[in-house]
Amino acid sequence: MTKTFIRCALVLAAFALPGTGLAQSVKIGFVTTLTTGAAVIGNDMRDAVNLAVEDLNGKMGDLDIDVIFADDGFKPETGKQVTDKLVKSDDVDFVAGYIWSHVLLASQKSVLSAEKFLISANAGPSQLAGKLCHRDFFSTSWQNDQTPMAMGAVLSQKGIGKLYVMAPNYAAGKNMIAGVERTFKGEIVGKDLTKWGKDAQLDFSAELAKAKASGAEAIFVFYPGKAGGAFMKQYEQAGLANKLPLYTVFTVDAISLPKLQQANMKAVLGSLTTGFWGPGLKTPQNQQFVSGFREKYGRYPSFYAAQSYDSIFLINSAVEAVGGNLRDRDGMRAAMEKAAFPSVRGSFSYGANHFPIQNFYLLEVVADGDGNWTTEIRSTVLENHQDTYVADCQL
Amino acid sequence: MTLRSGGWFAGAVLLGAFLLPAWVVYAREPFVLDVVTRLMILAIAASSLNLILGYSGMVSLGHAVFLGIGAYAAGIPAYYELNNGWLQLAVALGASGIFALLTGLVCLRTRGAYFIMITLAFAQMMYFIFVSIEEYGGDDGLVIYSRSEMGFGVDLNDNVQLYFLVLFCLAAVLGFMRRLTQSDFGQVIRSIKINEPRMQALGFATFQYRLVCYVISGMVCGLAGWLLGNFTGFISPEMMDWTRSGELIAMVLLGGAATVAGPLVGAAIFIGVETLLPDFTVYWHLYLGILLIIVAKFGRGGLLGWWTQWRKDPR
Amino acid sequence: MDGALILIQILNGLQLGVLLFLLAAGLTLVFGIMDFINLAHGAFYMLGAFICATLAIWFDSFLIAVLLAVPITFVIGVVVELGVARQLYQADHLEQILATFGLILIADTLVQMIWGPQGMTFALPEVLNGQVQLLYGVEFPVYRVLIISVGLLVALALYLVVSHTRTGMLIRAGASNRRMVEALGVDIRMLFTLVFAAGAAMAGLAGLMIAPITEASIGMGNEILIVAFVVIVIGGIGSVQGAFFGAMLVGLIDTLGRAFLDDLLGLVLSHQAAETSAPAISAMLIYILMVVILYFRPQGLFGVRAS
Repeated sequence: MTKTFIRCALVLAAFALPGTGLAQSVKIGFVTTLTTGAAVIGNDMRDAVNLAVEDLNGKMGDLDIDVIFADDGFKPETGKQVTDKLVKSDDVDFVAGYIWSHVLLASQKSVLSAEKFLISANAGPSQLAGKLCHRDFFSTSWQNDQTPMAMGAVLSQKGIGKLYVMAPNYAAGKNMIAGVERTFKGEIVGKDLTKWGKDAQLDFSAELAKAKASGAEAIFVFYPGKAGGAFMKQYEQAGLANKLPLYTVFTVDAISLPKLQQANMKAVLGSLTTGFWGPGLKTPQNQQFVSGFREKYGRYPSFYAAQSYDSIFLINSAVEAVGGNLRDRDGMRAAMEKAAFPSVRGSFSYGANHFPIQNFYLLEVVADGDGNWTTEIRSTVLENHQDTYVADCQL
Repeated sequence: MTLRSGGWFAGAVLLGAFLLPAWVVYAREPFVLDVVTRLMILAIAASSLNLILGYSGMVSLGHAVFLGIGAYAAGIPAYYELNNGWLQLAVALGASGIFALLTGLVCLRTRGAYFIMITLAFAQMMYFIFVSIEEYGGDDGLVIYSRSEMGFGVDLNDNVQLYFLVLFCLAAVLGFMRRLTQSDFGQVIRSIKINEPRMQALGFATFQYRLVCYVISGMVCGLAGWLLGNFTGFISPEMMDWTRSGELIAMVLLGGAATVAGPLVGAAIFIGVETLLPDFTVYWHLYLGILLIIVAKFGRGGLLGWWTQWRKDPR
Repeated sequence: MDGALILIQILNGLQLGVLLFLLAAGLTLVFGIMDFINLAHGAFYMLGAFICATLAIWFDSFLIAVLLAVPITFVIGVVVELGVARQLYQADHLEQILATFGLILIADTLVQMIWGPQGMTFALPEVLNGQVQLLYGVEFPVYRVLIISVGLLVALALYLVVSHTRTGMLIRAGASNRRMVEALGVDIRMLFTLVFAAGAAMAGLAGLMIAPITEASIGMGNEILIVAFVVIVIGGIGSVQGAFFGAMLVGLIDTLGRAFLDDLLGLVLSHQAAETSAPAISAMLIYILMVVILYFRPQGLFGVRAS
């Protein structure tokens, strides 16, 4: 029955094929969070993408750039649905974006099995770096473990013996803790994984009391988005600022700092974080990006924005390399593997699993010349660092 | 709605559903097939809720738990590469039936608002159980890499074949609901909704009747969950969230409670809104909310109720 | 586990308990007297937080913000009662659930339209930002002590109003037998509006008190509302005392569970399994408690009637 229908349909379709000339535009689906409190991250990424399109004058080679933004609602299932829609209904050439590891994991199959390129502009779950790695998947960010590995190295250098760690209970949170554990040489005296998702736990009173009583010399946390701000305030209110120095990854950023400054949470000044990028990084592309972003939107870009900006330039390098022939997927893949685009982080290379091999820096929270709170690079912690999961990748 | 017009309606819908895949291939709109498959699966779930909510007057705010149980019944065996669909289906029906039986024994002791809250409590418990089982992904959910294998030359990895399986299940469930609610059993259930003490006085074991009803409802929703797990290829505890149960209630009431076709119509409206509105505005929840309030306030009987009203007294 | 840590965690549990009570009190009265299930009660919690945050930044004073925000939420409560809620008292529970589910969607979207998606935060005055020494070696944030005190004072005031005033008598009578109050010829509609708005104001107070700790964010009321429902069902619908004891019980179980369950589970499970399952299991404890209580007392601990 089914086959008959399909055959009839194919015959009909042969008579009335929609136009199939050469593509006039390159279609990019960009999945991020545009509703719920996490929309603040999504908006930053969207702003960066729009800036990148402007900086490319709306063109990749001879093709127009057509970006379609889609909202994952901070839910894996919704993320997968909108991804399906981008792939099947809008027929995009590239799907990019993804803040959240679990959303990316739920969505990746839809993109990759449809033979489209998938570019993560943030999430870097261990699975996609290892067992699930794919020739059509690229990252313009990092593998989740790398940034906390840099932090673990910093903590060891500082001679810290006892550490307390806290993170949300989801894929990235577990990766972050695994990363610190990999390079930190001291003892982890306590660990808390807190409820995450749309009803994430935001009151950390019980956990902070435990941390205080644990005898730790420092505390390491990973709380992206609004949870970061909530954590900082309670950290200060609990009187830990002088007793339990704070080390974070992806928590103190251009998104949380203006709010913390507004609330005058001075405890955060001087706290340390690690990352592959800082707004002050002196590469030509970064200076253009940061000044352009500040001029257009009146605020510092976050690392989410930097990665999103890079994702558009990565796609541009692929489209230009094949002269706009979007059917030449091998050519586009080869171009992207070279990482020959101007990245905000400077030059880097791709590992076999298409995650960047790049430097990681130690950043300190400071007030800039105008009094705005931002992060400044202090030193290089890891040079040309590659994630560890690449060994599991069969590419 | 009279029987004859109901028959016409059902026939037309069925024919349309049958022809849809051909159109989808022709018009190159594979996403439409996805939307309709999803719609039909949720219609099965809403239909199962309708049995207890519409016909028997038991308002459950935890019905989505059966969707989750059914979906994990597909996902957990698939995780161990046990892809036999019949096995998974048996697990889905068995697990949701047993869960309904055990929780029903407790829930059905309560009435009204307490029933609402206790069904919610059981759903939340299952939600947190699956959140805590890290082996199956916990909060992050579980990706199903291969859909169920049914044998007989059926390949569910083909979206069109999955579509027809779902269509078949939906038709079977609606037919079953129609027969069930018109049977003696259905009459007893409706009478219990109206006046339970009277039915008890007449010698009916009302608790048992309601329990059977609850178990059937749970198992049918488990079937929907198994289909949903296969369809989305991704399962997470989020599927059992209370907001999902609220959405199922909304579907039943939008279409018209205590009618066979109501849940299908309601699911169609809900999915239509959810699919089309976000293209126009990120604030689409506002309009959905207004729609729900209007239906609650004026819409006794949902869309089907309006339709019958209009046919009786067209103005 | 030393004594000081246990004491601190009990205080943390009390803090959650009083917040839950402030939400649950309005919910249980509205439910008990008007027989109205209001899933959108959490919206007042959210609005209280956003309004307070806006005013606090505007006037640069937390105190003024609080003093203004509570009456404002009261007024919003009056408006919502007259505009929407009143129409739904006669409807059955099903329609109430549907309509208030719609109200949640509307409230969340309106807040996003007005305040944006990013949420709001504001600074506490210096005096509230520090620590206070309760006993030797037991330090606790001043602000959390304040939350507990305010919550307990409101609970006491509410108790006095309900048990010692004429209005309170009507409220109690309404909760146990609505028809009788109507038969007495009391202007029942006035009473309904008053109860609904007072409930809204208490929810707003809870929201604005938590905002300086976490932040004002969209949807913040929805998940805590489900817990508040658990509280009133445990306590017995319509009972303010029930709401109080239910809230304390739930607050303590949830917090102590989060604080100590992983250590306890560590005795039987692997370290790794205990760490990841403890938060989920402690979240589940309150639902287990509710089912057990309902199994033995279907009308809740202090319930006057099975609904």
